[in-house]
Amino acid sequence: MKLSRIIANTGEWLSGAGPHDQIVVSSRVRLARNLKGKPFPGWAKKAERVAILEEIRGSVEHLPEMEESFSEKLDDLSALEKQVLVERHLISREHAAKGAGSAVVMNTSQTLSFMINEEDHLRMQAIRAGLQLDNVYAMINKTDSELEDTLDFAFHDDLGYLTACPTNVGTGMRASAMMHLPGLVMSEHVNKIINSVNKIGLAVRGLHGEGTEAMGNLFQVSNQTTLGETEEEIIGRLNKVIFQILEHEQNARQILLQQRAETLLDQIGRAYGILCHAHSITSKEALNLLSFIKMGVDLGLFPSNNRLHVDELFIETQPAHLQKGLQVTKLGAEERDSLRAALIRTKLKQMQEPEIGKIPTNGSSSTSSTSETSEGS
Amino acid sequence: MFCDVCKSKEATVFLTQIVEGKMQKVNLCEGCSKEKGVNDPTGFALADLLLGLGAAQEIEKNPAGNRCPVCGFSQADFKKTGRLGCSACYDAFAEGLFGMLKNMHRGSVHTGKVPAKLRVGRLRNREMAELQTSLQKAIQEEQFEEAAALRDRIRKLEEEFRNEMVSFEESSTEVNRLASPQGTAEALSVPKPRKQP
Repeated sequence: MKLSRIIANTGEWLSGAGPHDQIVVSSRVRLARNLKGKPFPGWAKKAERVAILEEIRGSVEHLPEMEESFSEKLDDLSALEKQVLVERHLISREHAAKGAGSAVVMNTSQTLSFMINEEDHLRMQAIRAGLQLDNVYAMINKTDSELEDTLDFAFHDDLGYLTACPTNVGTGMRASAMMHLPGLVMSEHVNKIINSVNKIGLAVRGLHGEGTEAMGNLFQVSNQTTLGETEEEIIGRLNKVIFQILEHEQNARQILLQQRAETLLDQIGRAYGILCHAHSITSKEALNLLSFIKMGVDLGLFPSNNRLHVDELFIETQPAHLQKGLQVTKLGAEERDSLRAALIRTKLKQMQEPEIGKIPTNGSSSTSSTSETSEGS
Repeated sequence: MFCDVCKSKEATVFLTQIVEGKMQKVNLCEGCSKEKGVNDPTGFALADLLLGLGAAQEIEKNPAGNRCPVCGFSQADFKKTGRLGCSACYDAFAEGLFGMLKNMHRGSVHTGKVPAKLRVGRLRNREMAELQTSLQKAIQEEQFEEAAALRDRIRKLEEEFRNEMVSFEESSTEVNRLASPQGTAEALSVPKPRKQP
Protein backbone atom coordinates (compact mmCIF):
# COMPACT_ATOMS: atom_id res chain seq x y z
CA MET A 1 0.00 0.00 0.00
CA LYS A 2 1.22 3.50 -0.81
CA LEU A 3 2.05 6.00 1.88
CA SER A 4 0.02 8.70 0.15
CA ARG A 5 -3.09 6.54 0.50
CA ILE A 6 -2.49 6.05 4.19
CA ILE A 7 -1.78 9.65 4.99
CA ALA A 8 -4.76 10.86 2.97
CA ASN A 9 -6.80 9.71 5.95
CA THR A 10 -6.48 11.19 9.38
CA GLY A 11 -5.28 8.65 11.89
CA GLU A 12 -7.72 7.02 14.28
CA TRP A 13 -6.14 8.76 17.25
CA LEU A 14 -7.09 12.13 15.79
CA SER A 15 -10.48 11.48 14.22
CA GLY A 16 -11.67 8.76 16.59
CA ALA A 17 -13.35 9.10 19.94
CA GLY A 18 -12.15 8.03 23.35
CA PRO A 19 -12.79 8.73 27.01
CA HIS A 20 -12.02 12.35 28.01
CA ASP A 21 -10.84 13.10 24.49
CA GLN A 22 -11.45 16.84 24.88
CA ILE A 23 -8.48 17.17 27.19
CA VAL A 24 -6.59 13.93 26.63
CA VAL A 25 -5.88 14.01 22.91
CA SER A 26 -4.32 10.56 22.67
CA SER A 27 -2.93 7.61 24.63
CA ARG A 28 0.15 5.81 23.44
CA VAL A 29 2.19 2.83 24.60
CA ARG A 30 5.55 1.99 23.07
CA LEU A 31 7.56 -1.18 23.67
CA ALA A 32 11.28 -1.49 22.97
CA ARG A 33 12.59 -4.93 21.97
CA ASN A 34 15.91 -6.26 20.69
CA LEU A 35 16.93 -9.52 19.08
CA LYS A 36 18.95 -11.91 21.18
CA GLY A 37 22.68 -11.99 20.46
CA LYS A 38 22.67 -9.17 17.91
CA PRO A 39 24.43 -5.83 18.43
CA PHE A 40 22.10 -2.88 19.03
CA PRO A 41 21.48 -0.66 15.95
CA GLY A 42 23.84 2.09 17.10
CA TRP A 43 26.75 -0.38 17.29
CA ALA A 44 25.82 -2.84 14.54
CA LYS A 45 27.48 -2.64 11.14
CA LYS A 46 25.34 -1.80 8.15
CA ALA A 47 25.16 -5.40 6.90
CA GLU A 48 24.06 -6.56 10.36
CA ARG A 49 21.41 -3.87 10.53
CA VAL A 50 20.08 -4.87 7.13
CA ALA A 51 19.87 -8.54 8.19
CA ILE A 52 18.08 -7.59 11.43
CA LEU A 53 15.72 -5.36 9.48
CA GLU A 54 14.77 -8.17 7.10
CA GLU A 55 14.16 -10.61 9.94
CA ILE A 56 11.95 -8.27 11.96
CA ARG A 57 10.15 -6.78 9.00
CA GLY A 58 9.12 -10.22 7.79
CA SER A 59 7.66 -11.12 11.18
CA VAL A 60 5.84 -7.83 11.57
CA GLU A 61 4.30 -7.94 8.09
CA HIS A 62 2.96 -11.44 8.82
CA LEU A 63 1.04 -10.34 11.91
CA PRO A 64 -2.71 -10.84 11.45
CA GLU A 65 -3.39 -7.23 12.47
CA MET A 66 -0.98 -5.98 9.82
CA GLU A 67 -2.80 -7.51 6.87
CA GLU A 68 -3.55 -4.04 5.51
CA SER A 69 -0.38 -2.19 6.13
CA PHE A 70 2.28 0.11 4.83
CA SER A 71 5.89 -0.96 5.03
CA GLU A 72 8.89 0.92 3.72
CA LYS A 73 12.61 1.24 4.24
CA LEU A 74 13.55 4.67 5.45
CA ASP A 75 16.01 5.24 2.62
CA ASP A 76 13.10 4.80 0.21
CA LEU A 77 11.09 7.58 1.84
CA SER A 78 11.57 11.26 1.04
CA ALA A 79 12.47 13.73 3.78
CA LEU A 80 8.97 15.17 3.47
CA GLU A 81 7.26 11.80 3.89
CA LYS A 82 9.33 11.03 6.96
CA GLN A 83 8.45 14.41 8.43
CA VAL A 84 4.74 13.74 7.86
CA LEU A 85 5.08 10.54 9.87
CA VAL A 86 6.86 12.41 12.66
CA GLU A 87 4.12 15.04 12.77
CA ARG A 88 1.58 12.23 13.15
CA HIS A 89 3.60 10.69 15.98
CA LEU A 90 4.00 7.47 13.99
CA ILE A 91 7.79 7.58 14.00
CA SER A 92 10.21 9.53 16.20
CA ARG A 93 12.40 12.39 15.06
CA GLU A 94 15.40 10.17 15.74
CA HIS A 95 14.00 7.47 13.48
CA ALA A 96 13.32 9.94 10.68
CA ALA A 97 17.02 10.80 10.71
CA LYS A 98 17.92 7.16 9.95
CA GLY A 99 18.65 5.88 6.48
CA ALA A 100 19.76 2.50 5.17
CA GLY A 101 19.01 -0.43 7.48
CA SER A 102 15.94 1.11 9.09
CA ALA A 103 12.26 0.75 8.22
CA VAL A 104 8.75 1.63 9.29
CA VAL A 105 5.64 -0.56 9.20
CA MET A 106 2.16 0.68 10.13
CA ASN A 107 -1.46 -0.36 9.75
CA THR A 108 -3.99 1.62 7.72
CA SER A 109 -5.83 3.05 10.71
CA GLN A 110 -2.42 4.20 12.01
CA THR A 111 -3.10 2.73 15.44
CA LEU A 112 -0.08 0.44 15.25
CA SER A 113 3.34 1.41 14.03
CA PHE A 114 6.72 -0.30 14.13
CA MET A 115 10.07 1.41 13.95
CA ILE A 116 12.75 -1.05 12.95
CA ASN A 117 16.34 -0.17 13.91
CA GLU A 118 15.69 3.06 15.67
CA GLU A 119 17.70 3.10 18.90
CA ASP A 120 16.54 -0.47 19.51
CA HIS A 121 15.96 -3.20 16.92
CA LEU A 122 12.23 -2.82 17.29
CA ARG A 123 10.06 -0.16 18.79
CA MET A 124 6.37 -0.78 18.40
CA GLN A 125 3.61 1.52 19.43
CA ALA A 126 -0.15 1.58 19.72
CA ILE A 127 -1.93 4.94 19.78
CA ARG A 128 -5.64 5.70 20.24
CA ALA A 129 -7.80 8.76 20.86
CA GLY A 130 -8.62 9.86 24.39
CA LEU A 131 -7.55 8.39 27.68
CA GLN A 132 -7.43 4.62 27.31
CA LEU A 133 -3.95 3.48 28.23
CA ASP A 134 -5.22 0.07 29.37
CA ASN A 135 -6.74 -0.69 25.97
CA VAL A 136 -3.73 0.65 24.15
CA TYR A 137 -1.40 -1.48 26.25
CA ALA A 138 -3.57 -4.55 25.64
CA MET A 139 -3.26 -3.91 21.90
CA ILE A 140 0.52 -3.66 21.81
CA ASN A 141 0.95 -6.44 24.35
CA LYS A 142 -0.97 -8.80 22.08
CA THR A 143 1.23 -7.81 19.15
CA ASP A 144 4.35 -8.33 21.23
CA SER A 145 3.19 -11.81 22.29
CA GLU A 146 2.53 -12.74 18.68
CA LEU A 147 5.97 -11.55 17.61
CA GLU A 148 7.57 -13.63 20.36
CA ASP A 149 6.61 -16.77 18.43
CA THR A 150 8.90 -15.89 15.55
CA LEU A 151 11.47 -13.57 17.10
CA ASP A 152 13.84 -14.26 20.00
CA PHE A 153 13.94 -11.12 22.10
CA ALA A 154 16.92 -10.28 24.30
CA PHE A 155 15.74 -10.95 27.84
CA HIS A 156 17.67 -11.10 31.10
CA ASP A 157 16.42 -13.05 34.12
CA ASP A 158 16.89 -10.10 36.47
CA LEU A 159 16.80 -7.08 34.18
CA GLY A 160 13.96 -8.09 31.87
CA TYR A 161 13.93 -6.86 28.28
CA LEU A 162 17.36 -5.49 27.36
CA THR A 163 17.51 -2.18 25.53
CA ALA A 164 20.28 -0.07 24.02
CA CYS A 165 19.75 2.60 26.66
CA PRO A 166 19.62 1.48 30.31
CA THR A 167 16.78 3.92 30.92
CA ASN A 168 14.41 1.60 29.03
CA VAL A 169 15.53 -1.74 30.45
CA GLY A 170 12.98 -3.97 32.22
CA THR A 171 9.57 -3.59 30.65
CA GLY A 172 10.98 -1.55 27.75
CA MET A 173 7.68 0.29 27.98
CA ARG A 174 6.97 3.97 27.62
CA ALA A 175 3.32 4.86 28.13
CA SER A 176 2.17 8.41 27.50
CA ALA A 177 -0.85 10.63 27.15
CA MET A 178 -0.98 13.83 25.11
CA MET A 179 -2.89 16.41 27.12
CA HIS A 180 -4.30 19.78 26.04
CA LEU A 181 -3.92 22.09 29.04
CA PRO A 182 -4.75 25.71 28.10
CA GLY A 183 -6.55 26.32 31.40
CA LEU A 184 -3.51 25.39 33.46
CA VAL A 185 -1.25 27.46 31.20
CA MET A 186 -3.49 30.53 31.41
CA SER A 187 -3.81 30.28 35.17
CA GLU A 188 -0.04 29.75 35.38
CA HIS A 189 -0.37 26.51 37.31
CA VAL A 190 1.19 24.29 34.70
CA ASN A 191 4.79 24.62 35.91
CA LYS A 192 3.82 23.67 39.43
CA ILE A 193 2.15 20.55 38.06
CA ILE A 194 5.09 19.66 35.81
CA ASN A 195 7.45 19.92 38.77
CA SER A 196 5.37 17.76 41.06
CA VAL A 197 4.83 15.14 38.35
CA ASN A 198 8.58 15.02 37.68
CA LYS A 199 9.20 14.41 41.37
CA ILE A 200 7.23 11.16 41.34
CA GLY A 201 9.14 9.56 38.51
CA LEU A 202 6.91 10.61 35.64
CA ALA A 203 7.83 13.09 32.93
CA VAL A 204 5.97 15.97 31.30
CA ARG A 205 7.32 17.01 27.94
CA GLY A 206 6.47 19.06 24.88
CA LEU A 207 4.62 18.08 21.72
CA HIS A 208 7.24 15.79 20.22
CA GLY A 209 8.68 14.28 23.38
CA GLU A 210 12.03 14.75 24.99
CA GLY A 211 13.61 18.14 24.62
CA THR A 212 10.78 19.71 22.65
CA GLU A 213 8.82 22.85 23.35
CA ALA A 214 5.24 22.73 24.56
CA MET A 215 3.39 24.29 21.63
CA GLY A 216 -0.35 24.70 21.42
CA ASN A 217 -0.57 24.01 25.17
CA LEU A 218 -0.01 20.32 24.42
CA PHE A 219 1.92 18.28 26.96
CA GLN A 220 3.01 14.68 26.95
CA VAL A 221 2.87 12.88 30.30
CA SER A 222 4.81 9.62 30.47
CA ASN A 223 6.53 7.15 32.76
CA GLN A 224 10.24 7.66 33.26
CA THR A 225 11.17 4.37 34.92
CA THR A 226 10.83 0.94 33.38
CA LEU A 227 12.45 -1.46 35.85
CA GLY A 228 11.07 -2.80 39.11
CA GLU A 229 7.36 -2.49 38.39
CA THR A 230 5.01 -4.48 36.19
CA GLU A 231 3.52 -2.89 33.08
CA GLU A 232 0.14 -2.73 34.84
CA GLU A 233 1.63 -0.99 37.87
CA ILE A 234 3.32 1.63 35.71
CA ILE A 235 0.14 2.31 33.76
CA GLY A 236 -1.92 2.40 36.95
CA ARG A 237 0.39 5.01 38.45
CA LEU A 238 0.39 7.04 35.26
CA ASN A 239 -3.40 6.86 34.96
CA LYS A 240 -3.85 8.21 38.47
CA VAL A 241 -1.67 11.21 37.71
CA ILE A 242 -3.33 11.85 34.37
CA PHE A 243 -6.74 11.86 36.04
CA GLN A 244 -5.47 14.37 38.57
CA ILE A 245 -4.09 16.65 35.86
CA LEU A 246 -7.38 16.28 33.99
CA GLU A 247 -9.28 17.38 37.06
CA HIS A 248 -6.92 20.31 37.62
CA GLU A 249 -7.44 21.42 34.03
CA GLN A 250 -11.21 21.22 34.37
CA ASN A 251 -11.05 23.20 37.60
CA ALA A 252 -8.72 25.78 36.08
CA ARG A 253 -11.15 26.33 33.21
CA GLN A 254 -14.03 26.62 35.66
CA ILE A 255 -12.20 29.19 37.73
CA LEU A 256 -11.22 31.15 34.62
CA LEU A 257 -14.87 31.23 33.58
CA GLN A 258 -15.95 32.39 36.99
CA GLN A 259 -13.25 34.91 37.73
CA ARG A 260 -11.71 35.97 34.44
CA ALA A 261 -14.43 35.34 31.90
CA GLU A 262 -13.63 38.58 30.04
CA THR A 263 -9.96 37.67 29.62
CA LEU A 264 -10.85 34.16 28.52
CA LEU A 265 -13.40 35.31 25.94
CA ASP A 266 -11.05 38.02 24.77
CA GLN A 267 -8.31 35.45 24.14
CA ILE A 268 -10.60 33.09 22.25
CA GLY A 269 -12.13 35.94 20.25
CA ARG A 270 -8.73 37.37 19.33
CA ALA A 271 -7.43 33.95 18.36
CA TYR A 272 -10.43 33.51 16.08
CA GLY A 273 -9.96 36.98 14.63
CA ILE A 274 -6.29 36.49 13.82
CA LEU A 275 -6.75 33.00 12.41
CA CYS A 276 -9.66 34.17 10.20
CA HIS A 277 -7.75 37.10 8.76
CA ALA A 278 -4.04 36.36 8.88
CA HIS A 279 -2.20 35.99 5.59
CA SER A 280 1.04 34.71 7.06
CA ILE A 281 1.39 32.68 10.21
CA THR A 282 4.14 30.51 11.72
CA SER A 283 3.33 27.01 12.88
CA LYS A 284 4.02 27.96 16.50
CA GLU A 285 1.64 30.93 16.45
CA ALA A 286 -0.98 28.87 14.64
CA LEU A 287 -0.81 26.08 17.24
CA ASN A 288 -1.01 28.49 20.15
CA LEU A 289 -4.05 30.25 18.68
CA LEU A 290 -5.72 27.00 17.61
CA SER A 291 -5.39 25.89 21.22
CA PHE A 292 -7.78 28.72 22.22
CA ILE A 293 -10.22 27.74 19.48
CA LYS A 294 -10.09 24.14 20.70
CA MET A 295 -10.84 25.30 24.22
CA GLY A 296 -13.64 27.44 22.78
CA VAL A 297 -15.19 24.31 21.27
CA ASP A 298 -14.87 22.54 24.65
CA LEU A 299 -16.62 25.47 26.33
CA GLY A 300 -19.46 25.41 23.85
CA LEU A 301 -18.62 28.69 22.11
CA PHE A 302 -18.39 26.92 18.79
CA PRO A 303 -20.77 24.15 17.69
CA SER A 304 -19.26 20.82 18.66
CA ASN A 305 -19.44 19.46 15.11
CA ASN A 306 -16.46 21.74 14.42
CA ARG A 307 -14.28 19.71 16.73
CA LEU A 308 -12.71 17.54 14.06
CA HIS A 309 -12.01 20.57 11.81
CA VAL A 310 -10.08 22.21 14.62
CA ASP A 311 -8.26 19.05 15.71
CA GLU A 312 -7.23 18.35 12.13
CA LEU A 313 -5.80 21.84 11.81
CA PHE A 314 -3.36 21.03 14.62
CA ILE A 315 -1.81 18.44 12.31
CA GLU A 316 -2.57 19.91 8.89
CA THR A 317 -0.77 23.17 9.68
CA GLN A 318 2.50 21.39 10.54
CA PRO A 319 5.25 22.13 7.99
CA ALA A 320 5.39 18.74 6.24
CA HIS A 321 1.61 18.25 6.18
CA LEU A 322 1.20 21.65 4.51
CA GLN A 323 3.39 20.52 1.64
CA LYS A 324 2.34 16.91 1.29
CA GLY A 325 -0.34 17.54 -1.35
CA LEU A 326 1.90 19.76 -3.42
CA GLN A 327 4.16 18.76 -6.25
CA VAL A 328 6.76 21.34 -5.27
CA THR A 329 9.97 19.95 -3.89
CA LYS A 330 10.37 22.20 -0.89
CA LEU A 331 8.75 25.43 0.19
CA GLY A 332 10.55 28.18 2.04
CA ALA A 333 9.39 29.21 5.51
CA GLU A 334 7.63 32.34 4.19
CA GLU A 335 5.74 30.41 1.53
CA ARG A 336 4.70 27.89 4.16
CA ASP A 337 3.47 30.63 6.46
CA SER A 338 1.18 32.09 3.82
CA LEU A 339 -0.01 28.65 2.73
CA ARG A 340 -0.77 27.85 6.36
CA ALA A 341 -2.73 31.06 6.84
CA ALA A 342 -4.78 30.34 3.71
CA LEU A 343 -5.57 26.80 4.86
CA ILE A 344 -6.73 28.02 8.27
CA ARG A 345 -8.86 30.79 6.73
CA THR A 346 -10.61 28.29 4.47
CA LYS A 347 -11.26 25.82 7.26
CA LEU A 348 -12.51 28.43 9.72
CA LYS A 349 -14.90 29.88 7.11
CA GLN A 350 -16.72 26.54 7.21
CA MET A 351 -17.25 27.06 10.92
CA GLN A 352 -19.94 29.16 12.53
CA GLU A 353 -18.77 32.36 14.18
CA PRO A 354 -18.32 31.98 17.91
CA GLU A 355 -21.10 33.21 20.10
CA ILE A 356 -18.66 35.08 22.27
CA GLY A 357 -21.38 36.93 24.16
CA LYS A 358 -22.86 33.65 25.28
CA ILE A 359 -20.88 32.31 28.19
CA PRO A 360 -21.79 28.74 28.91
CA THR A 361 -23.88 28.46 32.05
CA ASN A 362 -25.50 25.73 34.08
CA GLY A 363 -23.20 23.02 32.93
CA SER A 364 -24.01 23.39 29.25
CA SER A 365 -20.27 23.30 28.82
CA SER A 366 -19.15 19.75 28.53
CA THR A 367 -16.02 20.37 30.55
CA SER A 368 -17.76 21.71 33.63
CA SER A 369 -17.59 19.23 36.42
CA THR A 370 -19.87 21.29 38.62
CA SER A 371 -23.16 22.55 37.27
CA GLU A 372 -22.85 25.95 38.96
CA THR A 373 -21.14 28.38 36.64
CA SER A 374 -21.49 32.08 37.15
CA GLU A 375 -21.27 34.75 34.47
CA GLY A 376 -18.10 36.23 35.89
CA SER A 377 -18.03 39.90 36.84
CA MET B 1 46.02 5.05 39.95
CA PHE B 2 42.68 5.62 38.30
CA CYS B 3 39.24 5.06 39.81
CA ASP B 4 37.86 1.57 39.08
CA VAL B 5 34.40 2.93 38.32
CA CYS B 6 34.80 6.01 36.14
CA LYS B 7 38.35 5.12 35.01
CA SER B 8 39.07 8.80 34.43
CA LYS B 9 39.75 10.41 37.79
CA GLU B 10 42.54 9.72 40.26
CA ALA B 11 41.50 7.22 42.92
CA THR B 12 41.63 8.61 46.45
CA VAL B 13 39.45 6.11 48.33
CA PHE B 14 40.94 2.62 48.72
CA LEU B 15 38.61 -0.04 49.93
CA THR B 16 39.82 -3.46 51.06
CA GLN B 17 37.49 -6.21 52.09
CA ILE B 18 37.93 -9.84 52.98
CA VAL B 19 35.19 -11.93 51.44
CA GLU B 20 35.28 -15.70 51.91
CA GLY B 21 38.93 -15.52 52.85
CA LYS B 22 39.87 -13.63 49.69
CA MET B 23 41.05 -10.09 49.68
CA GLN B 24 39.27 -7.69 47.38
CA LYS B 25 40.49 -4.20 46.59
CA VAL B 26 38.49 -1.40 45.10
CA ASN B 27 39.96 1.98 44.24
CA LEU B 28 37.57 4.87 43.82
CA CYS B 29 37.74 8.58 43.15
CA GLU B 30 36.06 11.08 45.45
CA GLY B 31 32.98 11.48 43.25
CA CYS B 32 32.37 7.79 42.62
CA SER B 33 32.93 6.87 46.26
CA LYS B 34 30.24 9.35 47.27
CA GLU B 35 27.96 8.09 44.56
CA LYS B 36 28.35 4.53 45.72
CA GLY B 37 27.88 5.53 49.34
CA VAL B 38 31.29 4.24 50.37
CA ASN B 39 31.89 7.22 52.67
CA ASP B 40 28.72 6.41 54.51
CA PRO B 41 29.51 3.77 57.15
CA THR B 42 26.04 2.23 56.87
CA GLY B 43 26.51 1.92 53.13
CA PHE B 44 29.96 0.40 53.45
CA ALA B 45 28.90 -3.15 52.70
CA LEU B 46 27.04 -1.82 49.69
CA ALA B 47 30.28 -1.20 47.83
CA ASP B 48 30.76 -4.90 47.41
CA LEU B 49 27.19 -5.32 46.30
CA LEU B 50 27.48 -2.49 43.81
CA LEU B 51 30.64 -3.78 42.27
CA GLY B 52 29.66 -7.41 42.47
CA LEU B 53 31.50 -10.22 44.25
CA GLY B 54 34.87 -10.81 42.68
CA ALA B 55 34.56 -7.67 40.58
CA ALA B 56 37.71 -6.25 42.09
CA GLN B 57 39.80 -9.16 40.80
CA GLU B 58 38.20 -8.75 37.40
CA ILE B 59 39.28 -5.16 37.31
CA GLU B 60 42.84 -6.07 38.36
CA LYS B 61 42.98 -8.68 35.62
CA ASN B 62 41.80 -6.24 33.01
CA PRO B 63 43.46 -2.91 33.75
CA ALA B 64 43.04 -1.64 30.20
CA GLY B 65 39.34 -1.08 30.92
CA ASN B 66 36.36 -3.25 30.33
CA ARG B 67 35.26 -4.33 26.91
CA CYS B 68 32.25 -6.48 26.18
CA PRO B 69 33.65 -9.89 25.19
CA VAL B 70 30.82 -10.40 22.70
CA CYS B 71 30.63 -7.15 20.77
CA GLY B 72 33.80 -5.30 21.78
CA PHE B 73 31.97 -2.26 23.07
CA SER B 74 33.98 -0.47 25.76
CA GLN B 75 32.99 1.34 28.91
CA ALA B 76 34.38 4.49 27.32
CA ASP B 77 31.97 4.03 24.41
CA PHE B 78 29.16 3.78 26.92
CA LYS B 79 30.27 6.96 28.65
CA LYS B 80 30.35 8.73 25.32
CA THR B 81 26.98 7.59 23.93
CA GLY B 82 24.92 6.58 26.95
CA ARG B 83 23.95 3.49 24.94
CA LEU B 84 25.24 -0.07 25.16
CA GLY B 85 26.58 -2.18 22.30
CA CYS B 86 24.62 -5.41 22.67
CA SER B 87 22.62 -7.38 25.21
CA ALA B 88 25.78 -9.08 26.55
CA CYS B 89 27.08 -5.64 27.60
CA TYR B 90 24.62 -5.78 30.50
CA ASP B 91 26.63 -8.65 31.95
CA ALA B 92 30.02 -7.31 30.90
CA PHE B 93 29.41 -3.98 32.63
CA ALA B 94 27.10 -5.36 35.30
CA GLU B 95 29.12 -3.94 38.17
CA GLY B 96 28.84 -0.32 37.07
CA LEU B 97 25.34 -0.67 35.69
CA PHE B 98 23.84 -2.14 38.82
CA GLY B 99 24.22 1.04 40.89
CA MET B 100 23.18 3.16 37.95
CA LEU B 101 20.02 1.19 37.27
CA LYS B 102 19.14 1.27 40.93
CA ASN B 103 19.24 5.07 40.97
CA MET B 104 17.51 5.35 37.62
CA HIS B 105 14.55 3.06 38.24
CA ARG B 106 12.15 2.10 40.99
CA GLY B 107 13.72 -1.30 41.53
CA SER B 108 16.57 -3.40 40.26
CA VAL B 109 14.70 -6.58 39.34
CA HIS B 110 12.24 -6.91 36.49
CA THR B 111 8.77 -7.91 37.68
CA GLY B 112 6.83 -7.39 34.47
CA LYS B 113 6.17 -9.43 31.36
CA VAL B 114 8.37 -12.40 30.45
CA PRO B 115 8.41 -13.91 26.94
CA ALA B 116 6.26 -17.06 27.01
CA LYS B 117 9.07 -19.35 25.90
CA LEU B 118 11.33 -18.16 28.72
CA ARG B 119 8.77 -18.29 31.52
CA VAL B 120 9.41 -21.90 32.56
CA GLY B 121 13.19 -21.54 32.45
CA ARG B 122 13.16 -18.31 34.41
CA LEU B 123 11.01 -19.82 37.15
CA ARG B 124 13.34 -22.80 37.33
CA ASN B 125 16.44 -20.60 37.50
CA ARG B 126 14.89 -18.67 40.35
CA GLU B 127 13.93 -21.87 42.13
CA MET B 128 17.39 -23.28 41.62
CA ALA B 129 19.03 -20.16 43.03
CA GLU B 130 16.75 -20.27 46.07
CA LEU B 131 17.49 -23.96 46.64
CA GLN B 132 21.23 -23.34 46.39
CA THR B 133 21.04 -20.57 48.97
CA SER B 134 19.00 -22.74 51.33
CA LEU B 135 21.46 -25.59 50.82
CA GLN B 136 24.44 -23.40 51.74
CA LYS B 137 22.58 -22.16 54.78
CA ALA B 138 21.63 -25.71 55.85
CA ILE B 139 25.24 -26.87 55.51
CA GLN B 140 26.52 -23.92 57.53
CA GLU B 141 23.97 -24.59 60.22
CA GLU B 142 24.86 -28.31 60.10
CA GLN B 143 21.27 -29.26 59.29
CA PHE B 144 22.48 -32.22 57.27
CA GLU B 145 19.13 -33.95 56.91
CA GLU B 146 17.63 -30.85 55.39
CA ALA B 147 20.71 -30.33 53.25
CA ALA B 148 20.39 -33.82 51.82
CA ALA B 149 16.74 -33.21 50.95
CA LEU B 150 17.64 -29.94 49.27
CA ARG B 151 20.48 -31.59 47.36
CA ASP B 152 18.07 -34.22 46.05
CA ARG B 153 15.62 -31.57 44.87
CA ILE B 154 18.43 -29.71 43.10
CA ARG B 155 19.57 -32.92 41.38
CA LYS B 156 16.05 -33.72 40.28
CA LEU B 157 15.62 -30.23 38.88
CA GLU B 158 18.95 -30.47 37.05
CA GLU B 159 17.97 -33.79 35.58
CA GLU B 160 14.66 -32.41 34.35
CA PHE B 161 16.50 -29.54 32.80
CA ARG B 162 18.94 -31.89 31.04
CA ASN B 163 16.10 -34.00 29.68
CA GLU B 164 14.39 -30.96 28.28
CA MET B 165 17.61 -29.74 26.72
CA VAL B 166 17.96 -33.08 24.96
CA SER B 167 14.44 -33.03 23.60
CA PHE B 168 14.94 -29.38 22.64
CA GLU B 169 18.12 -30.21 20.74
CA GLU B 170 16.39 -33.08 18.99
CA SER B 171 13.62 -30.79 17.87
CA SER B 172 16.12 -28.14 16.80
CA THR B 173 17.96 -30.55 14.53
CA GLU B 174 14.61 -31.44 13.08
CA VAL B 175 14.02 -27.77 12.36
CA ASN B 176 16.85 -27.73 9.86
CA ARG B 177 14.99 -30.29 7.81
CA LEU B 178 11.66 -28.54 8.06
CA ALA B 179 11.15 -25.82 5.54
CA SER B 180 7.66 -24.57 6.30
CA PRO B 181 7.36 -21.72 8.81
CA GLN B 182 4.57 -23.54 10.68
CA GLY B 183 6.81 -26.54 11.10
CA THR B 184 9.54 -24.34 12.52
CA ALA B 185 7.21 -22.71 15.00
CA GLU B 186 5.96 -26.09 16.17
CA ALA B 187 9.38 -27.63 16.43
CA LEU B 188 10.76 -24.64 18.31
CA SER B 189 7.99 -24.48 20.89
CA VAL B 190 9.28 -25.20 24.34
CA PRO B 191 8.21 -28.53 25.84
CA LYS B 192 5.30 -28.32 28.26
CA PRO B 193 6.36 -27.60 31.84
CA ARG B 194 6.39 -30.61 34.08
CA LYS B 195 4.98 -30.57 37.55
CA GLN B 196 7.57 -29.22 39.95
CA PRO B 197 8.32 -31.41 42.94
